[in-house]
Amino acid sequence: MPSAADDVSAFLARRGRWSPLEIAFWVFVFATIWLFPGKYLIMKDTAVLALFALSLDLILGYAGIISLGQAAFFGLAGYFAGLIAKYGIINEPVFALICSGLVAAGLGFITSFLVLRGSDLTRIMVTLGVSLILGEIANRYSNVTGGADGLQGVDIAPIFGLFRFDLYGHTGYVYSLIVLFLCFLLARRVVYSPFGLSLRSIKGNPLRAGAIGIPVNRRLIAIYTLSGGLAGVAGGLLTQTTAFCSLDVFSLDRSADLLLVLIIGGTGYLYGGLIGAVIYKFLQDWIASLTPQYWQFWIGFVLVVIVLVGRERVEGWTAAARAWIVSLGARRFARPARLRASSERR
Amino acid sequence: MPILETIGLEKRFGGIIATNGVSMSVEKGARHALIGPNGAGKTTLINLLTGVLRPTAGTIILEGRDITALPPHQRVRRGMARTFQINQLFVDLTPLETIGLAVSERLGLGSDWWRLVGTKDEVTREIAETIERFRLTDVMHTRTATLPYGKQRLLEIALALACRPQLLLLDEPAAGVPEAERQELLATITALPADVTVLLIEHDMDLVFSFADRISVLVNGGLFVEGKPEEVARDARVKAVYLGEELDA
Repeated sequence: MPSAADDVSAFLARRGRWSPLEIAFWVFVFATIWLFPGKYLIMKDTAVLALFALSLDLILGYAGIISLGQAAFFGLAGYFAGLIAKYGIINEPVFALICSGLVAAGLGFITSFLVLRGSDLTRIMVTLGVSLILGEIANRYSNVTGGADGLQGVDIAPIFGLFRFDLYGHTGYVYSLIVLFLCFLLARRVVYSPFGLSLRSIKGNPLRAGAIGIPVNRRLIAIYTLSGGLAGVAGGLLTQTTAFCSLDVFSLDRSADLLLVLIIGGTGYLYGGLIGAVIYKFLQDWIASLTPQYWQFWIGFVLVVIVLVGRERVEGWTAAARAWIVSLGARRFARPARLRASSERR
Repeated sequence: MPILETIGLEKRFGGIIATNGVSMSVEKGARHALIGPNGAGKTTLINLLTGVLRPTAGTIILEGRDITALPPHQRVRRGMARTFQINQLFVDLTPLETIGLAVSERLGLGSDWWRLVGTKDEVTREIAETIERFRLTDVMHTRTATLPYGKQRLLEIALALACRPQLLLLDEPAAGVPEAERQELLATITALPADVTVLLIEHDMDLVFSFADRISVLVNGGLFVEGKPEEVARDARVKAVYLGEELDA
């Protein structure tokens, strides 16, 4: 006899299962290594942007923390990765990347206390402020960071001493994809865990979350730290794959672009940042090749259209695809409830 | 020994005294009701007890321990849970996920970020029990925002009870529930486990007098009368202040 308990556990077990569409997505992502050998550089940039956007989605889409200063983590780790490589402190790129992520996570932990209090507007200003401060510090200590000229003379050793970064960006792209995938696995694990569920409850109703025993602040600190760490990995990845780091890693543009990516791709289902990054990068590339001077106009135009058309309608267009996924037996992958929840807050 | 005790509890908002020197105690296992006219400070008192608000003065003691300075989530861990007068639910989650949250948290798994939700049998078993007990089985996969209001009220109570409290504070559980769904809700409240102490805030006098074994009357932020239901019902001052106001309304 099927009891409610069986039903509950069967449902919960299904909840975190990989859907065919997800698997197809990642198979395609890795297939691009062979499919588009001439596009490594832009695809690598896309992978870095996707990872960066994933880090913002964790706090914005799941915990409801809006940030305009994600570049602080990206930039700090970017410079850290560059400096430790330049001075030969840590040569092995993978280990260096992990260290860069940890440094950024440390910054995330420290600054998390600033975003605990206050409304969305306060959070925007505080996070923006932190990234501006770091950018200015990097500018001031140009003897260390290279200032406006950027950090020169960064030499990245081969990965595991085996895979040398080549001119065509092949190694860099494969490396970035693997890092993106591993970080995605971590994020996916986290959002399907009890911890991840509690984040969504905090985003939905922090008052009630506290009233059922959830330590709201501690959870927010934890996810902000993790998010900072992942943003740091993205920053370190950029430095390592370009063997260069300049002041624009801290720029407001970088944080703002990230929000655009999530607006395009949607928040709160992990793939938003990835899909958004692909659309954003290739739109940028395509429009820039058509009208090199006015590409920003068209990017802006597309954004306005997206907002006017509305996320709900876009979800409507994908409803058929979702129904198909459901019929394949892997239910609850892209649940409409969560998508709708994430598009607007309050 | 009382499970909950307040000593000289006071809350001021600027010049307004919302809670005025309330010293009351709730006995273990009691069915205690808190009544009073609109604006008497009932919800403020609940917010003080649960830690949503910090008192201006006074002490709150739960099972012999001073909890005045504790944040809300730690009071829950010490055995105090509440429902809200206006639903405070996770509208984007399903009842299953909502109850799962509370159960995971109570079993100390809330910060577990590596396992999937519900891979532990004890968690799924308890979720299923709670959902069945509150007759939410048929809607457990429905997004909470789309549930009928009566079901949302049930979920409101189920969620508080999933914290396995020793003391449950019910803030107007029957408020706004349509007649058709009312009986189910009242039956649920009557059937609450006997070992759970209940402090009920309610406007519905039928519910209060059929449910409570002790009643406190709050007027203008202060404790006005306290006693057995018969005593309170007979009290002329209560009739004047409370029931009079009801008749006027």
